[in-house]
Amino acid sequence: MFFQFGVPLALTIIAIVFVTAMFGLQKLLAPSNPYARKLTPYECGEPPTGRAWINFNVRFYVIALIFVVFEVEVAFVYPIAAVFVDWVKSGHRLYALSEILIFLLILFVGLIYVWAKHDLEWIKKVPE
Amino acid sequence: MEPLAIYNRVKEKVGDRILEIVDKQPNPFAVVAPAALVEICEYLKNDPETSFDCLSNESGVDYKDRIEVVYHLFSYKLRHLAVLKVKLPRENPSVPTLENVWNAANWMEREIYDLLGVNFEGHSDLRRILMPEDWEGHPLRKDYPVTGARI
Amino acid sequence: MSLLNTLPDYVITTKTDEIINWMRKSSIWYMLFGLACCAIELMHTGGPRADIDRFGASPRASARQSDLMIVAGTLTLKMALRTRLLYDQMPDPKYAIAMGSCASCGGLFQLAYSVCDGVDKILPVDVYVPGCPPRPEALTEGLLKLQDKIMTERWLTKAPSNGNTAHA
Repeated sequence: MFFQFGVPLALTIIAIVFVTAMFGLQKLLAPSNPYARKLTPYECGEPPTGRAWINFNVRFYVIALIFVVFEVEVAFVYPIAAVFVDWVKSGHRLYALSEILIFLLILFVGLIYVWAKHDLEWIKKVPE
Repeated sequence: MEPLAIYNRVKEKVGDRILEIVDKQPNPFAVVAPAALVEICEYLKNDPETSFDCLSNESGVDYKDRIEVVYHLFSYKLRHLAVLKVKLPRENPSVPTLENVWNAANWMEREIYDLLGVNFEGHSDLRRILMPEDWEGHPLRKDYPVTGARI
Repeated sequence: MSLLNTLPDYVITTKTDEIINWMRKSSIWYMLFGLACCAIELMHTGGPRADIDRFGASPRASARQSDLMIVAGTLTLKMALRTRLLYDQMPDPKYAIAMGSCASCGGLFQLAYSVCDGVDKILPVDVYVPGCPPRPEALTEGLLKLQDKIMTERWLTKAPSNGNTAHA
């Protein structure tokens, strides 16, 4: 009765077996010889200066945050668009449309705020 | 302008701090006193009749009795060239830097310092450029052993 | 958990060793370490006419992803420090080919003040390829000799392994 999952199950089993075999062979057969000089950060041969782990810029976080918010908004709009025809047929056309428009308007205000605060620019000009 | 005319024009301004003007083909050159070098080069760069906007080469030469620094100047605007030379003694050779006149002099003077040991007064970053940083000695001098420190 | 150098010598492991060595020799990824004129011939050897990619050798830019270092060109004393660090940063098992006479013995510049006489002064070399520069066919021959050397390695038995031991 779950025959439609036969192929994904086979693929999953093959994937698990393959990965396990690769890692297992590596654990059994690969020489491992770490010493201090080998583990220094790679800097094209130059003796490394500074740490290899540095702080990354917060603009990546800002972009990811804005993306997630608007992606979820789009994810909400798609099902509404799919069933909108049924709402129209049952006569509640204006009600449905105003609901979804209010939702989009609230998030649009957020977009305006982000735009005005220059958070959409990659290089944010700090006011002098 | 012909090179000799350029040198004579500078000589009118500076007087006897141009030590000699030698008419040697293909490039006549002028030997300059080290103390007057920066003044002469700024004049050559800024004067609209000469307008040397490019220091195309700066190199050092080690003759047995002296070290010379040779400057080849070129003007893209007026398309003429000039050659200046500075003669220095072999012990502690020292000449003012031209880094503030032409930026190209920065690395060229580092190379001359590295390989011949000429000190450039006023250079912002005088350190070795071709040899390793902790090298001792100046390899292109005539009294440096050809095979280096090894036998 | 590793099986390396664990089995006593009454266990015959020829086929296993052969398979492991065959897999390693058929996919030697070399690091592009061209220092001077031999680098041009190294590029030609990787190019279409004399192609070492048909032997599985693919050029890598980074030391962390390569298992062969082809030192192509003159090694100066300033570069020797960096070369040794790059060799150290390669993962095991690693091999080195000295390409050309400058990397083998200092070559034409043996008497110069800034030249290191051969790369074997700072790292263990497996194959020397003479020439100035060696033709691509010569470098291919060197790579095939390295493949023969890899096929003779023994990994699994407890006996002193002539496999790639630690270059600490």
